[in-house]
Parts: sequence; structure tokens; C-alpha cells
Amino acid sequence: MATLSDRLNINSQIEHLQAKHVGTGHADLTKFEWALNIHRDSYASYVGHHNMVSYFGVVENESIGRVKYEFLQRMLLPCGLPPKAQDQSEDEEEK
Amino acid sequence: MFLYSLTLSRASGIQSAVYGNFSAPKAQEVVVSRGKILELLRPNENGKMQTVVATEVFGCIRSVAAVRLTGSNLDHLVLGSDSGRIILLKFNKDKNVWVKVHQETFGRSGCRRIVPGQYVAVDPKGRACMIGAVEKQKFVYVLNRDAAANLTISSPLEAHKSHHITFSVCGMDCGFDNPIFAAIELDYSEADQDPTGEAASMAQKHLTFYEMDLGLNNVVRKWTEPVDNGANLLVAVPGGADGPGGVLVCAENFIIYKNQDHEEVRAVIPRRSDLPGDRGVLIISYATHKKKAYSFFLVQSEYGDIYKVTLAYEGETVKELKIKYFDTIPPTASIAVLKTGFLFAASEYGNHALYQFVGTGEDDDDVESSSAALVQTEEGFQPVFFEPRPLKNLLLIDEMASLMPITDMKVANLLNEEIPQIYALSGRGPRASLSVLRPGLAVTELAVSPLPGAPTAVWTVRRNATDEFDAFIIVSFANATLVFSIGEEVKETNESGFLGTVPTLHTQLLADNSMLQVYPGGLRHIRPDRRINEWKVPGRRNIKAAASNEKQVAIALQGGEVTVFELDPGSGLLVEAEKRELGEDVACLEIPPVPEGLVRSSFLAVGSYDQTVRVLSLDPGAGLKNLSMQALNSVPESLLMLYNSSEGGAGNSGGLFLHVGLQNGILIRSEVDRLSGQLSDSRSRFLGTRAPKLFGATVRGGRAMLALSSRPWLGYSDQGRFNLAPLSYDALDFASGFASDQCPEGFVAVVKNTLRILAVENVGDAFNTQPESKLLIIAEADHAAVPLAEREDLQARLAAIAEEEGAPGVEFNDELAALEEQFGAPKGQPGQWAGCLRVVDPATLSTVFVTEVDNNEAITSMAIADLLLPSGVPGGGAAGGSERVLVVGTAKALRYMPTDCEASYIRLYRLSDGGKRLDLLHKTAVDGGVPGALCGFKGRLLAGVGPTLRLYDMGKKKLLRKCEYNRLPHQIQSITVQGPRIYVGDAQESVHMMRYKKAENAFYIFADDVAPRYLTAVLPLDYDTVAAGDKFGNFVVLRLPREASQQVEDDPTGGKMAAASGKLNGAPHKLEEVVKFHVGDTITSLQRAEMQAGGQEVIVYSTVMGGVGVLYPFTNREDIDFFSHLEMHLRQENPPLCGRDHLSFRSAYFPVRNCVDGDLCSQYASIPAKKQQMIAEAMDRTTGEMLKKLEDIRNKIL
Repeated sequence: MATLSDRLNINSQIEHLQAKHVGTGHADLTKFEWALNIHRDSYASYVGHHNMVSYFGVVENESIGRVKYEFLQRMLLPCGLPPKAQDQSEDEEEK
Repeated sequence: MFLYSLTLSRASGIQSAVYGNFSAPKAQEVVVSRGKILELLRPNENGKMQTVVATEVFGCIRSVAAVRLTGSNLDHLVLGSDSGRIILLKFNKDKNVWVKVHQETFGRSGCRRIVPGQYVAVDPKGRACMIGAVEKQKFVYVLNRDAAANLTISSPLEAHKSHHITFSVCGMDCGFDNPIFAAIELDYSEADQDPTGEAASMAQKHLTFYEMDLGLNNVVRKWTEPVDNGANLLVAVPGGADGPGGVLVCAENFIIYKNQDHEEVRAVIPRRSDLPGDRGVLIISYATHKKKAYSFFLVQSEYGDIYKVTLAYEGETVKELKIKYFDTIPPTASIAVLKTGFLFAASEYGNHALYQFVGTGEDDDDVESSSAALVQTEEGFQPVFFEPRPLKNLLLIDEMASLMPITDMKVANLLNEEIPQIYALSGRGPRASLSVLRPGLAVTELAVSPLPGAPTAVWTVRRNATDEFDAFIIVSFANATLVFSIGEEVKETNESGFLGTVPTLHTQLLADNSMLQVYPGGLRHIRPDRRINEWKVPGRRNIKAAASNEKQVAIALQGGEVTVFELDPGSGLLVEAEKRELGEDVACLEIPPVPEGLVRSSFLAVGSYDQTVRVLSLDPGAGLKNLSMQALNSVPESLLMLYNSSEGGAGNSGGLFLHVGLQNGILIRSEVDRLSGQLSDSRSRFLGTRAPKLFGATVRGGRAMLALSSRPWLGYSDQGRFNLAPLSYDALDFASGFASDQCPEGFVAVVKNTLRILAVENVGDAFNTQPESKLLIIAEADHAAVPLAEREDLQARLAAIAEEEGAPGVEFNDELAALEEQFGAPKGQPGQWAGCLRVVDPATLSTVFVTEVDNNEAITSMAIADLLLPSGVPGGGAAGGSERVLVVGTAKALRYMPTDCEASYIRLYRLSDGGKRLDLLHKTAVDGGVPGALCGFKGRLLAGVGPTLRLYDMGKKKLLRKCEYNRLPHQIQSITVQGPRIYVGDAQESVHMMRYKKAENAFYIFADDVAPRYLTAVLPLDYDTVAAGDKFGNFVVLRLPREASQQVEDDPTGGKMAAASGKLNGAPHKLEEVVKFHVGDTITSLQRAEMQAGGQEVIVYSTVMGGVGVLYPFTNREDIDFFSHLEMHLRQENPPLCGRDHLSFRSAYFPVRNCVDGDLCSQYASIPAKKQQMIAEAMDRTTGEMLKKLEDIRNKIL
């Protein structure tokens, strides 16, 4: 049996990990938050791999510089506006 | 199945380029990163950019920067990659390699959001560098020097800030104050929490200064201030004594000067007058030109326009910021200004170029915008307009070919040559082209002149041993000799002293500048003062073979008597030195050049008709004693001995090699021990159907071998490895090295009765490209482009041309095309498309037919299919006649992210006039998405429309839908058919194997893959196996297990029952991954081909970055063992330059399986000899055997 202090310790460790590694999930992660992370990770990966950003550039007939900038810009709100807090609690109730 | 992956033609696109002095002080050099290759370029005297060294780094290079320590005159290179490490490199000029000075690990590997490496910035004084990630993390390293002036690096200092996206980082110039780094950052934390969207719309970019306090050894956020929300790039302004300091913030439409405690100075970027109003102008690359009194910046917009930015300042106060239109060149990834007045432009797509500055851009005619003249109106700042014009300030000096991006590739032998050609579609928009790639070195024909008879041989002779260029060309015929002198023009001469009435066997310029002519009856020694000494053959015998170097001459008489003469330095006479009766007729002789510092060469190689080659000693008193002998399987035709030139070309430091061309077309290469003359380590290669004749030549300053068989080959030393490459040219009869001032490294050759002067270009490139092509049908589509028919400006111009030159076609004339290439096509609206279908003749590479696609449709797929004719048409219906048609899938107003279109169609074109004309038969509207793939299937048409697979019959007016399957995951990307099986590739969910059940008129899936793969190319290998490439750069071979395959075939329902009860909504059978390999570059097409006559079939792939590679299937277990072990050892002993672990790079998405990395194995030849030795010992072999194995496998492929 884990003692209280152990549990606290584990919690603080997880918190530490979540703070350190952006994108680490947790038990209460909503679908929206998860999607945010996925999208931001994808955009960062596209920007980092020159072959990927060039590929998008060819398809969209844009300059690579422009595609890179647009991708970075989209990292602000990659999946649209977050859902209202109310809906969230309703969702949870449904579950 | 076990594959060997080898890059044939390395990527030619450039990710970024940086200028610096890496090999020597004042050396004008540019380092370019080509994604996973680091290359050092240097312009030569003629202004051509040349590759000094290219290193595959087995990682993804994301950023490069040059750093120069205070007081040093050489630059180091800082590399940001996906390795989770910061790498500092130094160039070692002697060994011609990059040396890792420091490799500091800071975190996880991979191109992730918070892993630094995306941005690298250095302090201009070389005291610190910052390495940043897209989000949150930034590390600052302090760079210093130890007592021995070596670069040292500190432990990292963090400058992190969570929830901040970084757009750009730069090192500010603040003299010798504490180093400051500037960054454009955007905080997204609040936008994530606010459902009203208010926070998101309020989100503000900030310019932040991070100060590295050298005294306290920490980094602080010194200053942060809101900046224009369109900001994307930072340029440091020279500071300290050289300028006001601060930064230029490049934002959409603006350039803004900012500094701490300084008011912002803003100027609009002039825009093209034809640009749609809603489009911004974004700066994508820049170069700073820094001089003591006068510095300026060149910045390039996304449309390719270069602007010159200057600052007017007093002390540290900037008064005015001016942006002046400079010139227009295609958009670049990086531009670099060389100190010698050149501009290197690393294009985003297409060829890179080197320009020379011919103007300063001070002209008053050009449009200029200034901060002082900034006018703010109600609609914002008033724009400044200009028209792009042809180059004025820049002059194109040289272009470096780039195939980036290869959008599609086909390997086919359309021209009936010995080996198939690779047809690659590359480039984009107005700069797109069809390139034909042929394995081999490109040859330029400089001159062809007819000769009076059929010459047998040709030589070149210099006038003086120290001359740089040749003076005479000697052409021998069956009974005469002609001599040509080389000057302004090549003309016949009689003053050379050569005997014209006899055929010539051999010529040589001797060490004392006298010339030697060997003819069947004797030797003719022409002294520098034109005195002539003759030596006649005793008796009635003839000379059969001769060889010489600058001090020794060997001749062989009929019957096998070999005589050696030496040049006596005192008297200047040729003196008989040795003589020996061999007893067997001699076929060929060879004396290697005199090694540096010695008076004579100590070996003579003799090839005899008894199918042997012998090495005889030329040491005085040895009496031509046999040193070694090698038995051959055919009569030797020609011999050549070469010193393997080590790095840098010159010098005889390497081993001595004997090359033997046999009458059966085989070339044997053996190493000769330089002391004992023993032959060892023989390698053979089949060159062609004719006996190879071997000649010495000069390539890149080193000695090289020209071997003439049924095609010509060039053997040269490349980065320590002997390379034998075919030349893309006709068979030559006889050749000799040739040097003149127009052509420093060429050949003179005879073919039938012509004399030709040839030069080899770009030695080192495995392929040559001829941008000039049975028929190729090409589909072209450009997003956000205006169709030609709707371009008013163009129509007006075309009309003008029509008046002058007659009726124009759909195409423009050359002049308009050139302008379009320079400026790029006008920008259209998103969702607007321009495209055409083009038929190209591969032989002439000219357009045979072109038709523009109307109705704003984008061509998304194309196939040639044999379709059953509908009833009511002659030969149709029950008669069962079919017709070959071109099927084209189009989408109207196609948009991406998310993929959407207004309507989609399938068009049928009839190929008339032998395929030289396309006539539209009919157009069928299809619903459900974008037609991503088409394929003929038993006289019907299979179409992948969105996630739906449909079967169509050809009707008279339109296609008739017969069957449909709509439960495929996302978007069908490819369809291939083998017998009853249909292989459907999905854009996100890998390959599905399907069947069509005729009785029930239904499709069903019987097997699918276990992993999601974003497919870009699919190639069926056999009935159960498909190879596929994905967007992220992975290659995979998928196979249906044998039992499953059997089961599907045996099952009376064809697996339909099983399909109904699939696993977890998937198919009943799963494909196995047989081979997995990360190529590191998006694969755009896969093809099967034999790359050499009678060779084995290999898989050829092309990539977005413009690379072409092959995957060769191993045929025996022994090779697999050998190469896997070699790969293992090299991973240990030769870790990749960018610090990425090789195994984890090749396993970036899926763990690597059953594939050996040939690029890594090839690096064996270039690692230090000691390590080579060590690995060879560990593998129970000699270094020579190892290299031989590597060469063998390369020869099997190409």
C-alpha cells in the first residue's frame, strides 16, 4: 500500500514531468486538449522537416517561407476555439 | 527479402545556406544543408560553384550558422539538427573532412516541438550561441578559447518560456557588451483557455531580448515589447562601432527597426501592382552586407523580389529606414553575399544560381519606400507599388542544377538505349521541367571535325614538359601520320618533326622536352632543337607494342623481344638499357610514370598472347627479371598503370594499380606492390562487348583512366574511392587526354573518320540531366494560379506577338517564358487552378500536343486504360472491342487543409494520331470527393473517388457506375491491379488488398495493414507483395503471409465470408512488414527497373528534395551478413556528423528491418585508414577485400 506521502510524491513527479515535457497527457485530458497537442506537434514536425514543408509548398503553390510562417501561425489556435466550460462539465456528466 | 539502400543521386535542393571562411582565411565558401547532407561549396576561378565535400549526416539538419571566435580568421559551423545535441564543426583542409569539435547533448532527439535545433543564432563576436526550439526551449552556450586557441563550450544556460512559440531568433550586434539574442515570440496560453476567442484575437507577438550576462553566467529576459503581429523574421543590425545596433523585424508588408529605448521605425515593403489586395508580402530570406562605413541588407520576398534595405542613423538613433526594389530572382531558401562581389542564391525549388553584382541599386528610377514617407490612411498604411523588371543589378554567372522537387518519375526505355532512362518531373510553376536522367557522366562535345581516312589512333603532345596545355595532336592512319598544331584553331602542321609517311604506334614527350615517335620500323627521337635521332629495328622485324614515360621507353618486337631505352640526362640520347627475349608475342606494354623523386620507374607490365600479364623489373642490372605474373582468361588488349591519387588529387602517395583490358570485354584491376612488384587484390568488371582500350587522362587535377569498350568509361578517384562510371556518349575508337585553354581537362578521340574533342562535366555526379523526350503524357496543375486563357496581361501580349509573328499557340514564346521564370506566375485566389495536359516526344523533348483544362479544374489523377466499347459503337457491345483511352480525374476548385472541392469529374480522352493528339470523348461528374486514383480493370475503369472505390463502364455519353465500395478510410491515393487482386493505397491508412466478386457485383477487402501510413507511392512487387513510400520518408515492403494468400485463393467464396467477420472492423488478414527503412526524405514515386544491361532489377525511388536512390535486393546470405556487419561496425566507429544515432535515424518512424544502409557502408572508403584496418580485422578480411566488396555491389546496381 502506498502511503499518502508516496502518492503526493508521485503526483508531484507527474506534475513535474508534465511541466517539463509539453504535451504529456493526464487522466482528465479533454479531447480538445489532446487534439491541440497533436496538431501543434504535427505543425512543429512539418516545420522541422524541410522535405515536408517543401511538399506542402509544392501542393499549395506557395513559397516555403510562407508555408513555414503559416504553420507557425496556426499553432496559436490549431483546432479552432476551445469548447465552452459548461459543455465540458455536461460531457463529463454524460460519461 | 533483404535490401541494400543506396543513394544514386543525392538530393539537390537546399534547406539553408551560410557563407563563411571554413577551409582557409579569405576562402569564399558557402556551406549548404540539403536536408540530410552537409555540403561545402566554393566558386572556382571561372565562377562555377563546385562541391568541395558532401557529407551524409544521417539526421535532419534544421539550421546552420557560422561562428567566428574573436581574433580568429576561420569560421566554425554550428549545426542545429534532430539529434538533441548542439554540434560545432571545423573543416579540416588537409583531410578534406568536417571534424566534430563539440557535441553537447541537451535533450531528446527528433524534430519535436520543444526540442531545440530549429533555430541557431550566434553572437557576431563569437562569444555565445543560442539554439532554440519552435516552442518553449532555448539554450545559450558560451563559446570561448583555451590556451591552445581551441574552441571550448560551456554547459547550457536555459532561457525557456512555456507556451511561447518562437518565429525567429537572431544574435544582436552590440559590440563587446554582453551578448544579446532577440526572438519573436507568441504566447498561446490564454487562447487555449478562452472559448470566446477574444484572447486568441488579442494574442500579441512580442520581441524579446535575452541577455547573456558573461560576468554572472546567466541569461535574463532583458526586455520585451509588443511587435507587429505579422512578424516572422529578425535581422541583426550592425552595432558597436559599426552602426546603431538593434534589429530589423520583417513582418507581413512591413520592415520595422526596433531597439531597446528606441522608437520603432517602420516602412512598407513595396508590392507588385498585380498582387491581389488580400495577399501580404512576406520576407523569406536575407543577407547582410557589412562594411565599416556602409552596410546594407538584401531581403527577398516570397515572390522573389529582392529589396535593398538601408538605415540612415546618427549615433545610435535611426532616422530613416529605406526599402528599395533591387532585382527579382526566383524565391530562395537562403541568399549569401560573398565578399568578392557575388551573390549565391539557394533556390527553394529549381536550380540554384550564382550572381555577380553589377550595380549597387542606387538608381533613382527604382521604386523606394521610406519610413519618412509613410502615410497612414483609414484603411491602414498606404502601399507602394512597383513592376518587376529584368535583372539590372545582378548578372547570372552560373547555375547549379537542382531537381527539387521531383513530383513524379518514370523509368522506361523509350529511346531503345542500352539501359532505361529516368524521366523525372521536377520544379514548380514556370520553372517546372521534364528531365531525362541517364546513368553516367555527362559529356560535352566541344568540336567534331572530319578526317580524310579512318584513323587508328590519336595522341596529344605538349611542347614543353612544364606547359599547361597541349601543343600537337597526332593522328595515325593505317599508313600515314598527320600532325595538327593547337592554337587559336587546330590546323595541320609539318614543323613538328614527326615522320608523316608511316603509321605511328606511340608518342611521348620526354623529360628534356624532346619528342618521341614510335613507328613499326623504329624510334624517331626529335630533340628540342629539331635534331633527329633515329633508331631502326634490326632485321626485318616490326615493333608490335610500345610504352613509355618521360624517361623510359619500352618496345616489343615481333617474336617477343622486349627492349628498354632510357633517356641519358647527360647526352640527351636514348640509350638501350635492357633487352630480353620473352619467347611469346607481346600484345601490350605499359610503364607507369616515374614516381616523384626517383630517376626511373622500376616496373614494366607486359601482356602476352599466352593470356598472361607479367610485371618485369626495370632496375638496372636486373635484366628485366620477372617479378610477378597473373594468368588471365583472355588475351589482354591494353594495359594501364595508375597511382591511386589520394585526397586533393596530386601526388603519388597512394597505391599503384595495374588495369588490364581483356579481349572479352572485362577490365581487371590489380594492386601492384610498390617494392616487390607483386600483384594482389584483383577485381574484375565487365565493361562492354568490345575489348577495353585504356588511356590515361586528367580529371580534377588527378590521374584518371579512360576505358573504351562498347561504351566509354571513366575511372577516377573520388573521396578516396576508385569510381568507374560510364560516359553518356557514343563508343570511341581511340582517345587521349587533351588540355587547352578552352578545355583544361578534356579528351581528344577518334570515332570512325572523325576527330572529336570532348570534356566531361561534373565528375562525381552519378547522373546527367538533359533538360531538353515513344511519348510521355504529363499532367500539370498549379494551385492559386491564373489560367492562361484568363490572364489579361498575357492575352494582350500574346495578341501583340500574334501581330508580329503570326498565330500564337497556347504556349508563350521564349522571351515571355524567361520573364515568367524570373518573376514567377501571377498569384491567383486560393481554390483557383490552372493546368494542362501535355504530350511530349521523349526523343526531341518537345511538346507534341497541349491542351489547357478549363472550368477551374485541377488534375488529380491520370491513367491509360483499355476500356470495353459500349454497345452501339462499332466494335462495341457484344463484339467485345476495346479502346485504349486516357482517363483523367479532375477536381473543381480544389482546396487543401481540409481537402475539399466543388465538384469532381472523370474525363476520357481518345488518343488519336498515334497518341499525338488527345480528343475529349466525354466528361462524367462524380460525387463523393476528389478522384485520387484511376486504373483499368478487365475492360472497365476503377476509380478512387474520395474514400470510395467505384467500377465504371464506358458509355457513349458518360461513364456508367457499376459497383461501389465506400468504406475505405480517408482518401484513395493509388490503385494497382494484378489479376483479380486490387491493391488500394489510402492517403492515411496504408495499403488494402481487395477483390471484386463478379457474381455478387461487390468489392471486399481481404487484407490490410496494421500501421497507419500516409502513402505517397505504391509499387506492387509480386502477387503478394507491395512496396510503398510515405509522406514522412519511410519505405516499406508489405507482404501477405503465404498461408493467408493460399487461403484467399482456395476459399470458394474468395475470402468473402472471412471478410464479413474481420478483426476489429479491419480485414481478416493482416499484411506483414517485410522491410522497413527510413529514407529521410518524402518519397514521391517508386519504380522497378534494371539500371544496367543484363543487371538485376532494383527498386528506384525519387524524393521531394530531388534525390534518386535505389533499393537492391540481396541475392545471397553471405552478402547480407557482410553488409549488416559492416553497417554495425560503422555505426560504432563512424558515428554520424550531426550527432544523431544512425540506428535511430533509420528507425525514426518504424524500426528499421531487413535493410542495410548502403550510404553508411560507402563511407567506409573515406574513414581514416586505421579505422578501416580495425573494422577489416574484426571482419576477418583485408581493407582491400572490404573495398572490393563495396565496389562490387555498386557495380551490380549501376
